[in-house]
Order: sequence, then C-alpha cells, then structure tokens
Amino acid sequence: MKLLYFARLRERLGCAQESIERPPEVATVAQLRLWLAARGGEWTEVMQADRSVRVAVNQDMAQADTPIADADEVAFFPPVTGG
Amino acid sequence: MGATPSSSTLADGLAPTLAAARPRVRIQVADFDASAEIVALRAGKPGVGAVASFIGVCRDINEGDSVAAMTLEHYPGMTERSIEAIIDQATERWQVLDVCVVHRVGDLLPLDQIVFVAVAAAHRGAAFAACEFIMDYLKTQAPFWKREQTPQGARWVDARTTDETAAARWALPTRPTG
Repeated sequence: MKLLYFARLRERLGCAQESIERPPEVATVAQLRLWLAARGGEWTEVMQADRSVRVAVNQDMAQADTPIADADEVAFFPPVTGG
Repeated sequence: MGATPSSSTLADGLAPTLAAARPRVRIQVADFDASAEIVALRAGKPGVGAVASFIGVCRDINEGDSVAAMTLEHYPGMTERSIEAIIDQATERWQVLDVCVVHRVGDLLPLDQIVFVAVAAAHRGAAFAACEFIMDYLKTQAPFWKREQTPQGARWVDARTTDETAAARWALPTRPTG
C-alpha cells in the first residue's frame, strides 16, 4: 500500500511517501490511522489527535470507515488552501 | 459589442481542432495569458453569448503580515480530478457551454497570477454563477496548499471558515439564471 503525505503534514512527519505492508487487521482508514499513530511522537499527534487531517483513498476523499486494500493509494493532508 | 476583425479571425483560426484538444483543467508552473485563454475557450462556439472569468492574484499581505513570496503545492492527479468533478457539478447545475481552469503551482511573488477560471455560456447569469461556484468549491475542495514567506519566517496558510461559508451557500436552492 502506498501512503502519501502533503504540505504541513509532510513536514511534521518528515515523510513525503512510503510503501507499507498492510497488516490484515488494518482494513479501514480509521484502523490505518491508529496503526500509524502507534509509531509514536508526531505520528501519534497527527494520526490520533489532529481532527483536521483529511484522507483520500485512490484520490477520492475518504471517511473513517472507508475500506482500504493492498493496492490502494492513501493520502493524508491538511485542509486545502488553494485559489 | 463588435469584436475586432483580428480577434474574431484568431478565434476562428483556433477552431475546432485546437479547441477540442484543450484540457479543461491545467495545473502548471508557468504564468497564463487570460485573453488567450478566453479566445481559445470561445473558439468555434458561436452559441456562446457570455464569458465570465476570475483571476486570483498573489497579495503582499495576509493575516496582517507582509508576504514576500509564496509556494503552492498540489496533489498531482487528485487535484485535476477534483477540479474536473467541480466543473461537472457546475455544468449539471447551469447551462454552461465550456469551462477553463488554470491553476499555478510552485514559487509565486506578490502581483503574480495564481488561478484563472473562465466559463462560457449562452447567457451571463449561468456564466457568472458557474464561475463563482467553481472558485468557491476549488478553494475548499481542490488539494492545493499555500506556504508563505513572512518576516517571521515561512508558514503554511490556514484554511478560512469564510471560504467554507462561501462554498456552503451553494447548497441552497438555485435561483433560476438565464
């Protein structure tokens, strides 16, 4: 599974993108966030405590209960500020 | 409001092959020429009676601090898709003939152009409304992020609740437009 991080989140986490082996118990966006939060430090701050974090699965906006699969691209980013 | 012979010749000359090949959405580092974009948008479409356009520009002040420069980041692929989806919503809602959106990314300075939206329609009501709708939704849904250089250092721009409010008002029933 491919994970992407943008803007402020990329800087806080020190990671632009990574590939992970998805554990079988990680089947939704919410479960992925909890799994990433277990890394500790900023990961816990961003994935567990920050309610403003937006998530997209395969480039569509996702919710906490959106299912995820091995071939998916999951992106994490702050509220958008274009235009 | 007579178009000059030269501009109508240019519009006719671009139709229809170039116009058909143009994507509705472009994300680019380079600047854009609003006049040329409008000429291309109208080319080969004699049913167009109105074009409404908007240009967003980089200011030298934000939240009370001077801004020396700005960097715009996006999510390649999703950004284009989300703007396409916004345009689709606009064309379902209003009688629109064509739309062009150009959004710049990378390093920008005050006075630089950031975003261009143009809507071609038979009548001005649909063109004005769809143009504003597309901008309001772009600001709250399209994945772009601004980082500003201020005297206090670099900072990511926070999303504004006023932008959310502007987008939310389009959920209200639409007035008839013509």
